[in-house]
Amino acid sequence: MSTQSNAVPNTPLESQAAAPTLLKATQPFYWSVRRELWENRAIYIAPLAVAALFVLGFLLNLAKTMHRMAASLQQSELQQHQLIEQPYHFSETLIMGATFLVAIFYCLDALYGERRDRSILFWKSLPVSDLTTVLSKASIPLVLIPLLTFAITVATQTIVLALSTMGLAMSGLGASPMLNHLSLFHMWVGLLYHLVAIHGLWFAPFWGWFLLVSAWAKRSPFLWAFLVPFAIGLLEKITFNTSHFANLLLHHFMDAPGSSMSAPGSMSMGTLAPSTLGQFLASPGLWVGLGITAAFLAAAVRLRRYRDPI
Amino acid sequence: MACIEARGVRKSFGATVALDGIDLRVEEGRIVGLIGPNGAGKTTALNAILGLTAYQGELRVLGRNPWTDRDELMRDVCFIADVAVLPRWLRVSQALEYLEGVHPRFDRSKAEGFLSKTTIKRESKVRELSKGMVTQLHLALVMAIDARLLVLDEPTLGLDILYRKQFYDSLPNDYFDRSRTIVVTTHQVEEVQNVLTDLMFITRGKIVLNCSMQELETRYSEVMVLPEKVAEARALRPIHERQVFGRSILLFDGVDRQRLATLGEVRTPGIADLFVAVMGNGDAAQGVAR
Repeated sequence: MSTQSNAVPNTPLESQAAAPTLLKATQPFYWSVRRELWENRAIYIAPLAVAALFVLGFLLNLAKTMHRMAASLQQSELQQHQLIEQPYHFSETLIMGATFLVAIFYCLDALYGERRDRSILFWKSLPVSDLTTVLSKASIPLVLIPLLTFAITVATQTIVLALSTMGLAMSGLGASPMLNHLSLFHMWVGLLYHLVAIHGLWFAPFWGWFLLVSAWAKRSPFLWAFLVPFAIGLLEKITFNTSHFANLLLHHFMDAPGSSMSAPGSMSMGTLAPSTLGQFLASPGLWVGLGITAAFLAAAVRLRRYRDPI
Repeated sequence: MACIEARGVRKSFGATVALDGIDLRVEEGRIVGLIGPNGAGKTTALNAILGLTAYQGELRVLGRNPWTDRDELMRDVCFIADVAVLPRWLRVSQALEYLEGVHPRFDRSKAEGFLSKTTIKRESKVRELSKGMVTQLHLALVMAIDARLLVLDEPTLGLDILYRKQFYDSLPNDYFDRSRTIVVTTHQVEEVQNVLTDLMFITRGKIVLNCSMQELETRYSEVMVLPEKVAEARALRPIHERQVFGRSILLFDGVDRQRLATLGEVRTPGIADLFVAVMGNGDAAQGVAR
């Protein structure tokens, strides 16, 4: 008690002097994104593992590849071109596929897992708004995963290029025919467009929907996320004998401007014409999709506020 | 300004009424114990105060509406929920970094200081810590926040008796100053008795007792009645009577102490005994552990 009574006269002065300096600047959004990466290490481990496997496989097959390259010198330009580009297309398809799956699983767990393990009570005890939290989670599939996929793909392809240059030099073929056929820079511009514009922005309604389901579901968000659209499609088929809804979803998924998923191998490849970008930005599908995404995310913010831990 | 002000706060889950019109006012600089049996509405009341649950009625915490301004409120409030809620994948070092990054009033060196008194390693994940260590970690994080209101829902659940004692001893010394308010719920009522400035009993969603500890001392008296005075004592209408070693112990509300002194030995009742008296045996039996 004596210590307390000694301390009392100082306390008001101290707290007055200290109060303004004590409030440090904070970056809730930045730290929320970092938090997501701490929790979901698969976001970068999965594509890195796929890339490492690919490089290993490429290295083991290097001798065989060199033989085929040597043989292809007698073949047509087009065949040569395809053979040379093949590992680059293959690597980007693999890495993209891995991060696409990771993004789906990430979104479905993002607002569900924290309720299931009750850690939401800890996160909500901190001065971070539901809006900041949901936006930081949405930024993972919308921005971060596309950019990360791009960086990992570029690094992988650079390694593949270095390995095949070395292989060709050692087998005495020389790297110049390969380099003539390869326009990595153009491929990378095309890849960046495909990832940011298509995987990020064009697919945004899908990511928004997955996040909404994960904020809403009391169990198995994965099932709900696919069951609900399936049920809507089925209902439409039964009642009106039409399939506009299913077509709409499929169309949005497959036929983004500047990339056609329905023709595999052609996606994101080749040169990116400025007209593609214009076509993309002018497409109503993009803007309607982004509007729907905003609505989904707003609903997810509201649900995060209302939903109790499971 | 009142720290917490509630008027007619109600909350029901379907047909179950969790809060049945709570009215209360907690001034700044108090340490309030909210005591009640399981299912009395303690956690629901705290959740409403913390903006974790929607409610009907009027509620102001530090002048703010907790439901609409939760994130702003959390700059000045910190809390520990009644179950271990630290995410299991989180590393101790990450928890420190994150709090430093998002909380304007978090003092990292203070948290490091608390942690250095424990055996918790910085690189450990929460899942690798024992139950008691998780609670220690959470307390270290929360106590390093310079908050105006600290809400503790069963903060010492799962801690051993030594650490519990240490915690309740340090609460008034390390943390409390006159500008801060602490609300604590617990079943370990005897341990908090000396720490509290105010006491609230809640049952079936209603506040049934709300008084300061000083008031409690003047208002309630417990008398170990001399055998020959039992009838006389009962005539003064005790609110509760129990037998210990064949002696009757009677609890009185608002009866003059000098008058009672003639009947036997008078003392201030413990919270647990008062709780039993006020709640009636049925409710109280499950609410208090000693």
